[in-house]
Amino acid sequence: MQMEESIKGGKWADSDRSRKENLKKLKIKPLNKSSIATRMTMFALTVLTIYAFFSFDYKNINIVEGFVSTIQNFKIMFIEAEFHHFTFLEALYEVGVTLGLAVLTTIFGGIIALLLGLLAAQNLSSKNVSDVIKGLGAFIRAVPTVLWVLIFAVAAGLGSVAAVIGMTFHSISYLIKAYSESFEELDRGVIEALKASGANWWQIIFQAVIPSTVTYLLSWTFLRFEINFTNAVAMGAAAGAGGIGFDLFMASGHYFDFREIGIITYFILALAIVLEVSSTKMKTMLKQRG
Amino acid sequence: MQVDIFAKRKRDGLIFFALILIFTLAAIIITEYDMVKGFTSVIKAVIWSFTNFYPNLESFEKLPRIWGKLQETIFLSIASTTVAAILSLIFALFGSNTTKINPILSIISRGIASINRNIPIVAWAMILLLSFGQSSLTGYFALFFVTFGFLTRAFIETIDEVSNSGVEALQASGASYLHIIFQAVIPSSLPQMISWILYMIETNIRSSTLVGILTGTGIGFSFNLYYKSMNYHAASLVVILIVITVFIIEYVSNYLRRVIL
Repeated sequence: MQMEESIKGGKWADSDRSRKENLKKLKIKPLNKSSIATRMTMFALTVLTIYAFFSFDYKNINIVEGFVSTIQNFKIMFIEAEFHHFTFLEALYEVGVTLGLAVLTTIFGGIIALLLGLLAAQNLSSKNVSDVIKGLGAFIRAVPTVLWVLIFAVAAGLGSVAAVIGMTFHSISYLIKAYSESFEELDRGVIEALKASGANWWQIIFQAVIPSTVTYLLSWTFLRFEINFTNAVAMGAAAGAGGIGFDLFMASGHYFDFREIGIITYFILALAIVLEVSSTKMKTMLKQRG
Repeated sequence: MQVDIFAKRKRDGLIFFALILIFTLAAIIITEYDMVKGFTSVIKAVIWSFTNFYPNLESFEKLPRIWGKLQETIFLSIASTTVAAILSLIFALFGSNTTKINPILSIISRGIASINRNIPIVAWAMILLLSFGQSSLTGYFALFFVTFGFLTRAFIETIDEVSNSGVEALQASGASYLHIIFQAVIPSSLPQMISWILYMIETNIRSSTLVGILTGTGIGFSFNLYYKSMNYHAASLVVILIVITVFIIEYVSNYLRRVIL
């Protein structure tokens, strides 16, 4: 093996130089606009990251000590997880509340976004209407969900109402974008053919647009459901929406009870993984069908 | 036959709507959601926003302080995303079906990424808060772990999608593992990966607001401070600045995506 390689090496050493010259002439990797932009982006991100590490407010925290204590906390959390302030069934109920928040926001968001998404698709509506809805959607999407919930909480008070409305708002804007893009991918010919045969707008929507995009709509909606579950946990902790998120907030912010944090994290983790797996399964199933 | 298809479609539709209705009712009962209050408070919130939730002259005096916190948040999300991306690339190379070294390592790296991704950012923030206190590092690591989990999944999908044929061709010509990685896999999936990184920076700006509210850092802390002291004019200024930041980042990354992809 070694000999073979050395023979190869000797044999190719001569022609190596000429090959390199050839490569120069050929320019296998031309420096086009795309690769320049790629490099510039990577360079800019590197510089910004290095600058960021100097700008952080470390507050005299010892990173090594912090890591060691985090790992110790993790050990307590996951190995010695215990129920303290609630029982298994109560925890299950709290998870149910969080799941309920996610279901409500996804369904409300989906219904409203379906209507607005039809109006936002350029091939089904006028350009002005589409621009207005898409612009509004972009604005709503730019504001973090938690801020929407807190803003609504001023009018509705902290609780499930503010959480559902705030999260629905964000879901609507997200789903409008996803839905309208699915609608816009629809073949122009289908709509034209139906129009030519005298179908009205509603007939076009229900006979052509929705049946042919329904798989995309469902997989986007389920993806949003996954996001809404995580959001519902977060809103429980940050905006008093109840559910398992609130228990997490109490266990870590008030009782400093690592064993209970561990239990709660197990519950959330289990459900999140179930959702992720079913979402992936659904995606492959829909791909095979459609 | 034709009639049957339509009947089946109708039946499927009815079952689907019935299921949705049941889910909705169950969710309403368990969360104690009040439908009427829901509708009325939307109207109330809109009226309230127009009368109270706008920046006035006084709130602009707070602009330098808010701007400082916003900067912290922006740098936090960029730094956590880029460093997480490097780690994700390594894990994705081990985890991907095209480039994995051995199956056990692949399962381990996928598993680690999945746990990181599925522990919600709130849980990360609360756990880290106890060790790192109210420093930037709490937010940094919370964003870092979730981003790492998400990017590993995205990178694995990218590698599997993009570089299958290239890898096979190089394997056939006898290239070593590292050659395959650096000559075929990374160059061909780099544009898609950068697109994911840009998306994650956008998302992290929003997430770090949430983390900031919980851990008292960055722009989330500013908002929470003004919100809790009912200085809604300043709080609205914070919201507007976040929106402008997200729009700018979205614009830049859309431009880059058009050029790169």
